[in-house]
Amino acid sequence: MRFSIYRYNPEADDRPRMQHYDIALEPTDRMLLDALVRIKAHDDTLAFRRSCREGVCGSDGMNINGKNGLACITRVAELKEPVEIRPLPGLPVVRDLIVDMSQFFKQYQSVKPYLVNHEPPPEKERLQSPADREELNGLYECILCACCTTACPSFWWNPDKFVGPAGLLQAYRFIADTRDQSTGERLDDLEDPYRLFRCHSIMNCVDVCPKGLNPTRAIGKIKELLVKRIV
Amino acid sequence: MALPVRAFDAVIVGGGGSGLRAALELARAGIRVAVLSKVFPTRSHTVAAQGGVAASLGNIDDDNWHWHMYDTVKGSDYLGDQDAIEFMCRNANEVVYELEHFGMPFDRLDGGKIYQRPFGGHMREYGKSPVPRACAAADRTGHALLHTLYQANLKSGTQFFVEWMALDIIRDRDGTVLGVSALELETGEVMILQAKATVFATGGAGRIFSASTNAFINTGDGLGMAARAGIPLQDMEFWQFHPTGVAGAGVLITEGVRGEGGYLLNKNGERFMERYAPNAKDLASRDIVSRAMATEIKEGRGAGKDGDCILLKLDHLGEETISRRLPGIREIAKKFANVDPVKDPIPVVPTCHYQMGGIPTNYHGQVVVPKSGNPESVVPGFYAVGECSCVSVHGANRLGCNSLLDLLVFGKSAGKKAIEVLREDGTAHRDLPKDAGEPTRSRLARLDGQKNGERVAEVGAEMRRVMQLHCGVFRFPDLLVDGVMKIKEVAGRAAKTEIQDKSRTFNTARVEALELDNLVETAVASLVSAEARKESRGSHDRADYPKRDDANWIKHSLWYKEGNRIEYKPVHTKPLTVDGFEPKARVY
Repeated sequence: MRFSIYRYNPEADDRPRMQHYDIALEPTDRMLLDALVRIKAHDDTLAFRRSCREGVCGSDGMNINGKNGLACITRVAELKEPVEIRPLPGLPVVRDLIVDMSQFFKQYQSVKPYLVNHEPPPEKERLQSPADREELNGLYECILCACCTTACPSFWWNPDKFVGPAGLLQAYRFIADTRDQSTGERLDDLEDPYRLFRCHSIMNCVDVCPKGLNPTRAIGKIKELLVKRIV
Repeated sequence: MALPVRAFDAVIVGGGGSGLRAALELARAGIRVAVLSKVFPTRSHTVAAQGGVAASLGNIDDDNWHWHMYDTVKGSDYLGDQDAIEFMCRNANEVVYELEHFGMPFDRLDGGKIYQRPFGGHMREYGKSPVPRACAAADRTGHALLHTLYQANLKSGTQFFVEWMALDIIRDRDGTVLGVSALELETGEVMILQAKATVFATGGAGRIFSASTNAFINTGDGLGMAARAGIPLQDMEFWQFHPTGVAGAGVLITEGVRGEGGYLLNKNGERFMERYAPNAKDLASRDIVSRAMATEIKEGRGAGKDGDCILLKLDHLGEETISRRLPGIREIAKKFANVDPVKDPIPVVPTCHYQMGGIPTNYHGQVVVPKSGNPESVVPGFYAVGECSCVSVHGANRLGCNSLLDLLVFGKSAGKKAIEVLREDGTAHRDLPKDAGEPTRSRLARLDGQKNGERVAEVGAEMRRVMQLHCGVFRFPDLLVDGVMKIKEVAGRAAKTEIQDKSRTFNTARVEALELDNLVETAVASLVSAEARKESRGSHDRADYPKRDDANWIKHSLWYKEGNRIEYKPVHTKPLTVDGFEPKARVY
């Protein structure tokens, strides 16, 4: 099978290049990550991140034939050849398929992604009805792979000012949590022409999310709450 | 040339559940703590835990910590230390409630309490019938737990060194641990992180086997470092084979599937667990279920076109329950087994999952080694928690959901102990030895200068093949003896690997070579310990010694790298406050 992979090592290369690999896959090489591991066994200079190889850790987000996704849950047989693999767009490349994710995590951290509750914790669990807990479904499952945020043109333009879909999904995860008491502050923080309102519902995020989550809907809910607050 | 040094009160190596729980305890006490992680913390393997965390909350049925303790002792096949097991089970509710207070999105029952489901080996009234004890967030409990702990650490201002790999332990002449040497992946820079408390939370080494549910990063780094620093590894013969890894892919399918009512079938459509465990059936402990499955396959009743797997049936649970309680499993089955479990059973096989052994510790997380007649002398400055440690609460076989509990309880207790010791010992750092970092530099220099060596991928594949063939679910005397020789040969080859990539920037070839060093230490320890234990207990099943031998073998193995030798130390059969459970035949 033929692959064309983005290569860049700042110590050796003036500029990035695409390198071709022709490799014979084994029947056990079902996912793109299996193919990359096989390529690396021949050429150990190829650098990429990987860990769980089952789509839960979020390490191996990359751009696969033009679309962001996780290598470990992308069936290699279904890909058009040559399979063109590039790093996630919109973030600085450290080397080959490895991007510098600092800006992405900075935005995630900026939404204070943790529960705020000022009351002293009870002796047992805080109660939450199944229906209230249900509100967190589709939000808490995010794996921070950055496929969505790096597919978003608004983030490409304003990575330092626009929180991006992944960060906003987590912002809403805490707003939606009945145990959290910081909704007012959270909304204040997002009521900003850039942080939230750079989202123009292009929905690339929904299109690429490997976990099937819908950041656009979460962003819409935050916007609704902001409107409600005014009227 | 000396390596650059950065000093902290506490350095935690590993950003999975146990490391983050320990970090949180320290950070909240105002201790200057740094967490080193080879991957961004939420990429750690805790994220892959599915079914739940065990605690006798009793939210659905009556339950109490003493039943949980009994189940854990019995599950361990009486090799677990009963003081540590009592400590863990008694503290379970508290750490689970705390986790909920940190924001953990547990599923809920009507009325708002935490949802609990039955799990293998967790029973009411000392083994009578299954009890719902696994506190769950759908089938993504590990993901929810790890993210919650990371978020709590963000709130507490823990300092992270992300994508740093620890390479070697620094000890002074007295044996006190003073920190680690570490490699920053992005720059290739090597540094010493000096600490008054060094906490290892480096996870297991499940990647020593070919068929493994484990992440690529589970390379036993802490075990390799400890072994090289002269610290023995305990009970390394005990590896858990999880009954339900997706056949061919290895990806985990939670025991929670059986907890929700799924069951296993052989090729005749027979629910064969009824024969092996008439009472608990599919919810017997993992060693029992895995052996039953392997026996079915061996005796020609395996399913699939090659008769080499077992079928996990859950379609009768209905689409609604599956989508609500097991959504991740449905995703995995579709992706990795090409079946939709709402309609068809999932082909599964026993797959290497968890390392019961590890760095020996007491229940405060302090690393303990034999010294001057004391089998458990504390190594000053050194702690280990989570899968890399051996407290031992899991003994010869871990119960499902006790690993997430283990990392919460002992992450916290190690943090507490470290705070106490730091406060007693004052503020000064001990001096680093003059040659600190030298072993690391020579390992790196060897790797960079190696000519005509083998590829890391080849040696790694051979190691996994040897382990799979010689140290699996069933163990045979000739294969064990042969396996010890072969794995020593692999270790020799691992010392001469060569990498093509010599660059500094994010050199993953170098990382994989350094990881192989650690994997190989673990593999040697496992095979040598397995060959030496002449009985069958828990996950260690020998054809030539098919019975448990309580008269001779209620003792922990300690493997030393130096001389490749084994020593033994007593099991703690006395709990903290209650009477101990005497060994008896293990029936489920």
